[in-house]
Amino acid sequence: MQFTLNGVPATVDAHPMRRLLDVLREECGLTGTKEGCGEGECGACTVLVDGQAVVSCLVPVAQVAGADVRTIEGLGTDHALQHHFMNEAGAQCGICTPGMIMTASTLPKDATLEEIRVALAGNLCRCTGYEAIYRAIQRANEERA
Amino acid sequence: MKTATSGLSLREPHSVEDAYRMMREERLTPIAGATDLFVGLNFGTLDARAFVDLSRLDSLRAIAVKDDVLHIGALASYTAIMQSGEVRERVPMLVAAAGQVGGVQIQNRGTLGGNIANGSPAGDSLPVLAVADALVVMCSVDGERRVPFTAFHTGYRTSVLRHDEIIVCVEIPRIEGRQWFRKVGTRAAQAISKLVMAGVRGDTTRVAIGSVAPTVLRLPRTETLLSVGGNIDEAVAELQQEIAPIDDIRSTADYRRQVAANLLRRFWSDTA
Repeated sequence: MQFTLNGVPATVDAHPMRRLLDVLREECGLTGTKEGCGEGECGACTVLVDGQAVVSCLVPVAQVAGADVRTIEGLGTDHALQHHFMNEAGAQCGICTPGMIMTASTLPKDATLEEIRVALAGNLCRCTGYEAIYRAIQRANEERA
Repeated sequence: MKTATSGLSLREPHSVEDAYRMMREERLTPIAGATDLFVGLNFGTLDARAFVDLSRLDSLRAIAVKDDVLHIGALASYTAIMQSGEVRERVPMLVAAAGQVGGVQIQNRGTLGGNIANGSPAGDSLPVLAVADALVVMCSVDGERRVPFTAFHTGYRTSVLRHDEIIVCVEIPRIEGRQWFRKVGTRAAQAISKLVMAGVRGDTTRVAIGSVAPTVLRLPRTETLLSVGGNIDEAVAELQQEIAPIDDIRSTADYRRQVAANLLRRFWSDTA
């Protein structure tokens, strides 16, 4: 099956019911996407499908045939969210971070703190207490503005 | 937990007609957003092995008003429901419910049809459909049939849907009166409800409640009392007769009785 992965056409040979998460990590070698709970509660495995944040542990890979899939690797190595998550200490153990950043990347640059909180309600962090994460997203958005 | 895919099959119809035909010929479990089904599959608690993916059937995604009736396609996601001007104008309580389903990632994939088919008495949208006097439209190779939402579920996760039928649409007539919705869970997002209630206060008041019985319940006697001007204390006493909550992993029967009473009072004061 074929889809677009981080802007590049990808062809994978995978069972249609495999989790998108497993195909990304094991077939495509993109291990930036993490597995947390495996039941759609924690958001660690968040990727974008056609621009929308989804939990890749609950997506049968057949459902992304022809779609535009974007993972944390697709943001490159010089992204404002990446810098500000570091600067604000928005990451500690780092497992939630790729998912946090992918969800944050869907926010408009003028998102209010309340909008950021609502958008990130499906991304759990057990280390930071979220304040540093919200701050990092606000700083990154200021830079985009 | 990684899905064991050996022994699983997936049919991928590209038209609703194909889907109806496949479901007549084979015993298939439909997948739409997969947000609930894949949880069971990943954890090995789902027995089904043969699936049919409905997610490509774009004709089931539309939200439109026809003859003053709101039609919401079964594949409409919670996000699409929240963004729809028609739904916001006509059924704000459904927008409120959609915003309480999981987090954004689940709202982007989960579908209204899936919430109905899944049939959990804790489904967030279901009390809304019950008080909205919604009709569920089902279709198969034999054609279409409609049932009132309140007659759709027949017991715990059972319904009148035949195995060869697909839920295609929900029809919601214009609703007169003030709408109200409240979900009570362990946190605002990502929690399955301990209790969920929707109400419409108008010439005839309607109340429905989830997680207090094997199916979402309308409360006809409570509604009658409130509609004829009975006082809220009598209505709360009647509500206690109409619900049958149990202790389970999310809450206790006692807690649910207390919160059900509190919610009915809150509905009544908020819509006064």
